[in-house]
Amino acid sequence: MEFDFSQIGPSLPGLAEGMWLTLQLLALAVLGGVAIGTLIALARLSNNRLLSGLAKGYVNIFRSVPLLLVITWFYFAVPFLLRWITGSDTPVGAFASCLIAFMLFEAAYYSEIVRAGIQSISRGQIGAAYALGMTYAQAMRLVVLPQAFRKMTPLLLQQSIILFQDTSLVYAVGLMDFLNTARSRGDIAGQPHEFLLFAGFVYFVISFGASRLVKRLQQRLTV
Amino acid sequence: MNYHWDWAVFFKSTGIGDEIYLDWFVAGLGWTVAVALVAWCIALALGAVLGVMRTLPNKALSGVATAYVELFRNVPLLVQLFVWYFLVPDLLPERAQVWFKQELNPTTSAYLSVVACLAFFTAARVCEQVRTGIQALPRGQTMAAMAMGFSLPQVYRHVLLPQAFRIIIPPLTSEFLNIFKNSSVASLIGLMELLAQTKQTAEFSANLFEAFTLATLIYFVLNMSLMKGMGWLEKRVAVPGLIGSGGK
Amino acid sequence: MSPMISIDNVSKWYGDFQVLTDCTTAVAKGEVVVVCGPSGSGKSTLIKCVNALEPFQKGSIIVDGISVGDPKTDLPKLRSRVGMVFQHFELFPHLSITDNLTIAQVKVLGRQPDEARDKGLKLLDRVGLAAHAAKYPGQLSGGQQQRVAIARALAMDPIAMLFDEPTSALDPEMINEVLDVMTQLAHEGMTMMCVTHEMGFARRVADRVIFMDRGMIIEDCAKDDFFGSPRSERAQQFLSKILQH
Repeated sequence: MEFDFSQIGPSLPGLAEGMWLTLQLLALAVLGGVAIGTLIALARLSNNRLLSGLAKGYVNIFRSVPLLLVITWFYFAVPFLLRWITGSDTPVGAFASCLIAFMLFEAAYYSEIVRAGIQSISRGQIGAAYALGMTYAQAMRLVVLPQAFRKMTPLLLQQSIILFQDTSLVYAVGLMDFLNTARSRGDIAGQPHEFLLFAGFVYFVISFGASRLVKRLQQRLTV
Repeated sequence: MNYHWDWAVFFKSTGIGDEIYLDWFVAGLGWTVAVALVAWCIALALGAVLGVMRTLPNKALSGVATAYVELFRNVPLLVQLFVWYFLVPDLLPERAQVWFKQELNPTTSAYLSVVACLAFFTAARVCEQVRTGIQALPRGQTMAAMAMGFSLPQVYRHVLLPQAFRIIIPPLTSEFLNIFKNSSVASLIGLMELLAQTKQTAEFSANLFEAFTLATLIYFVLNMSLMKGMGWLEKRVAVPGLIGSGGK
Repeated sequence: MSPMISIDNVSKWYGDFQVLTDCTTAVAKGEVVVVCGPSGSGKSTLIKCVNALEPFQKGSIIVDGISVGDPKTDLPKLRSRVGMVFQHFELFPHLSITDNLTIAQVKVLGRQPDEARDKGLKLLDRVGLAAHAAKYPGQLSGGQQQRVAIARALAMDPIAMLFDEPTSALDPEMINEVLDVMTQLAHEGMTMMCVTHEMGFARRVADRVIFMDRGMIIEDCAKDDFFGSPRSERAQQFLSKILQH
C-alpha cells in the first residue's frame, strides 16, 4: 500500500475548523470541570456528613463509568431534561450536550486532584487564618485554595491533556471535532488512511509537547 | 415528546425472537468482559517486558521502550482504534487481508481490532507502572542479588519483579478498571458490547433513562467487584512484616 | 603463595570526579583486613570493586587467580564464590528467611532444594536464629536481619567474605550480636575484608588495617602498628575523633 498525503494541504483550513471546535470544547470543559470539581472537593471535605457523602457518591459513580457512556447518555437525555426544566422544546446541539457531559465527568477527576491539593496544605494555615478573624469561606478562598492550586497545577494540566485526547470521543454523537473532520475529509478525498495518520500525528505533537511543558513546570514548582 | 417511565422494560420482549431487553445487556456485558480480560492479559505481559526494558542499562532497549510509551500515550484511544480497525488490515499481506475483511465475520474482526488496540494502549500504561515499581526498590537489592552470583535476568525474575508487582497492585488495579471502561469504544466499530446494547435498547424501547441507568449500575457494580477482587489479591500476596502490606 | 585478593593500582572515576586513586593492597588467605576512613573516602567503592559491583577504569583486581576487570570473566560465577554483606542487609523482603538462604544456592549453584535447605538451616542455627526460619525479613530486628544476611552469604561456601559497613545501620544494642558472628568467622580462618568504623572489632580481630582518605590508601599496616603509631596525620586525626566516642 502506498501513502499519498497530497490532499492534506488543501484540506488544512477545514481541519483547522475542526481543531478550533476541539479546543473550544476543551477550554470550556476544563474551566467548568475545575470549577465544579472544586465545589465537589469542598463538599467532600466538609463536616456535613450528608454533603460529603453525596460528593463521594458523585465521584465514585462518574469514575466507574466510561466517558463514552456519559457522552452518549447526555446526547440522548439533555433535550428531555431541558424540556422538563423549561417546559418547552429547546433545541440543543451535540456541542452543548457534549460540553455538559465533559464538565460533569471531568469534575469527578478534577475534584480528586483538588481534594488532595487542599489536604496537602497544613492545618496550621487554616488555624492561622482563623486566628486572623477570617471565616471558613475566607480562609479557603484567600489562604488555602491559592496555595493548593499552585501545588496541583501540573496535575490539573496533565488531566487536561488526557481530556484533550478524550474530546475525540464526541465522534460518537457526530460532532465535527478535529478527528471527525479529518475522518470525513479523508473519506471525501479518498485518502482516509493518510488523514487518519495525520490526525494522529497532530494529536501526538500537541499532547507530547504539552506534557513536556507540564513536566518542566513541575520541576520549576518543586524547586 | 412525553416520557413514559417503565422500569419493567428490561423484561419486555425486544420484538426479535423471544429475547427480552435484559438478554441484550447480558450479551453486552459478556463482550465487554471478553474484550477487557483478553486485552488485559496481553497488556500485562507486554507492559512488563517494556517496563523492564526501560530500567535496563542498555540505551537502545530502554530508548525503544520509551518511544513506545510516548507514542501510545499521546495519541487518542479512538485514533488508535481506527488505525487498528481501518488501516492495519490494509497493510497485511493480500491473503491475510482477504481473510480479515471477507472470511472473518464482522464481529470477530471488530473484536480482534479492539483487543489489539486496548492491549497495546494499556501496555504503555502498565510499562510505566512496572518501571516506577522497579525504580522504587532500593539499589542495594540489585547489588545484593548480583553479589550472590545472580545473572541480570535472574535478578529481575527472582528479586525485582516479585517485589515491584506487589508495590504496583493499586495503580495496576486502576489500569485494570480502565480497560473495562475503555472497551466501550468498541461500540463505535460495531461490536455489540455493553454500551452498544444500551444504546440499542434506548432506541428500540424509547426508555432511554432506564437503559442508561441500568448500564451505569452494571459498570458501577463491575467496578466495585473488580476493586474488591484486587484488594483481596493485594492482601493475599502481602509480605508479612512489610510496611503497607497486610501482615505482621 | 599468591594472595586471595590482590588489588593493584586501581583507579576509578565517576565522570570527571576521581573516586579511587592508585589503590594497591592484598589480602592473604585466612587474613582479616579492616578498611576504615572518613565517609566519602572511597572505602565502600573499593570493596565493591572486588566483586565487580562497581566497575573501575584502571588497574587490576585478581580474586583467587581470576581477573575481575577482564571482560571475559564470568562475573556471576566469580561473585557466587565471594560472599558480601551490606550496610542495609538487603535480605529479599518478599521471601521467607529460609528462601532467602536457599534461593541463590538453588538458582546459581544448582544445588538440590533439600540440600540447600539443610545447609541454610544449619547456618541459621549457627547465627542463633533457627527459630525464625519461617518468618519474613520485615519481622526481624536489624541485628537479626544482618545475621541472616551473613548466613545467606556463607551458604554459598565463599572463598572470602566482603563486609560493607555491616553495623552502621544498626541500633547500638544490636551491633555486638553481629560483630560476635564476624569474630567467630574470623577465628575459623575465613578470609575477610571489612569496611567498618568499629575500631574495637579491628583491634580484637583484624590482622591488618587499611586507612583510606579521598580515594587513596593512606596507611596499610599491621593492626598494632596502626593503633600504636599511625604514621599519617590524617589517620591520627581520624583515630582521635573516632575513639572519643
